[in-house]
Amino acid sequence: MAIDKVVGSIEEAIADIKDGATIMFGGFTGMGVPAGLLIGIKNKGIKNLTVICNDGTGKWTSPIDVNMLVEAGQCKKIIASFVVLASPKQITATERKVLEGTLELESVPQGTLAERIRIGGAGIGGFYTPTGVGTLIEEGKEKRVIDGREMLLELPLRADFACIKAHKADKFGNLVYHGTARNFNPVMATAAKTVIAEVDEIVEIGELHYDFIHTPGIYVTRIVKSPGKVAGDLK
Amino acid sequence: MKQVWTREEMAQKVAARMKDGYYVNLGIGMPTIIPNYFSKDTTIVLQSESGTLGYGARAKPEDPNYDPDIGDAGSAPLLVKPGMSIIDSAACFAMMRGGHLDMTVLGALQVSEEGDLANWKMPTKKVGSMGGAMDLAAGAKTVVVMMEHALKDGTPKIVKKCTYPITGLKCVDVIVSELAVMEVTDKGIVVKEMAPGYTLADIQAVTEPQLIAA
Repeated sequence: MAIDKVVGSIEEAIADIKDGATIMFGGFTGMGVPAGLLIGIKNKGIKNLTVICNDGTGKWTSPIDVNMLVEAGQCKKIIASFVVLASPKQITATERKVLEGTLELESVPQGTLAERIRIGGAGIGGFYTPTGVGTLIEEGKEKRVIDGREMLLELPLRADFACIKAHKADKFGNLVYHGTARNFNPVMATAAKTVIAEVDEIVEIGELHYDFIHTPGIYVTRIVKSPGKVAGDLK
Repeated sequence: MKQVWTREEMAQKVAARMKDGYYVNLGIGMPTIIPNYFSKDTTIVLQSESGTLGYGARAKPEDPNYDPDIGDAGSAPLLVKPGMSIIDSAACFAMMRGGHLDMTVLGALQVSEEGDLANWKMPTKKVGSMGGAMDLAAGAKTVVVMMEHALKDGTPKIVKKCTYPITGLKCVDVIVSELAVMEVTDKGIVVKEMAPGYTLADIQAVTEPQLIAA
C-alpha cells in the first residue's frame, strides 16, 4: 500500500482549519491531549470555533487543553462534560466567558457525549438513554418510556475536524494508543470529515500488528509527529 | 461519649458493603481512600471514567513503573495491576450505562428522601459540569453516597426534596456520613448504624426528612 499520510509540521497539519470550524479535541484530564495541534491552533489565531471535547479546566488538570483556546477568545461554543469546576474559588476560562456572554456552553454527561460522538461516526441518527432524566439537560429533548424506564433522545455529534493524540501510527494512519491516553481519541477519529492524528512515533506500514490496531487507517486523514512531551500534555 | 466517624472509618463502612467479585467505580475526592480498606480475602475490581478496568493503587512519580499515561478520573496516576484492561470512553461509559457495574460511590451536595441525588452544580454558579456523575447515577446497580451529614452550619444535606440541580432521580441506595449508615427504602431513610454515642434524635436534628430506626 503506497499511501503516506504523514505531514512534516504542525502548521501543515492544521493548514486547512479556518475560522468558524467545528473541531473535536481528544484527551481526558491531561492524558491523550493533542498538545502540539492545540498550540498550533492557538498560535495561528483561528477564531469562532465550536469545540467538542471532554474536559478543559486549564491549570486545575492540565495547562494545555481547550481552556487555552477559550481563554484566548477563539471559541464561540463549547460542547463538553467537564469545563466548569464546582468550587466557587475555581473559575475556569469557560465559566468566565459564559458569564460575560461571549461563549455558549452545552454541558453534556460524559457517557452521553462519548455515545453521541460514537453514533455520529457510525451513521446512527439518535439514541435513548436514562442518563439525565429529571435534570437540567432534559430541557427540549424528546422523552420516551422504554422497558418501563423514562429515557431522553440524544442526537449525534459530528465535526469538520478531529484533532486526536495517539502513541504510534503507521504511514497509512493505523493508530495505537497507550494507557488511558486512549479515552475519547478513537471515537473522535470516526466522527469528523478531516482527522488529524498527532503521534509520538511513526512507523512503516506493516510494522503494527493488525490484531492490535485500535483505529484503522480509513478514519485518519493525516499524521503529524508530536513536537514532544509538552508540559501538561503528559503530567 | 459522642464520637463521629473519621473519613477512614466512613471508607471502612463503604468497603464493608462491597462483596467479593464486585465491579466498582469510585468517585473523585473522599471515595478514593476506600481501596485501603478492602479485605485481603475479597477481590474488588475498580473501573474508572478515564477508561480502565482492574487498575491498581495510586502511583507516585518515584515508583519504578510510574506511567503518566495511566490515570484515574481525577488524573491521579495509577499503578498497573495484572489483568487490567484499557477501553475507550464510549466503551467505558457503555460499561457503566449498561448496568455492568455493581456499585458506584459518589459525593453529594444533597440527597432526598426518595434517593434523588444532587452533586454536580452549586446553585450559586450559573453554569456547571457533570462529568460522568449522571451516567453513574443512572447506570450503576447500587449507588452509595459518601458525604458529610450536614453543612457546617447544621443545614441538612439529606432533604425532603432537593433544591440543588439534580444529577439523577431515585438513584441513591445507601448514604454513609460521619454520623450514620443509612439505606434509602420505599418507606423512607432507614438508619442502619450510628457513630458511637449518637442517638436517632441527634441524627434527626441535622436531617430534614423523618428517619426510620432499623
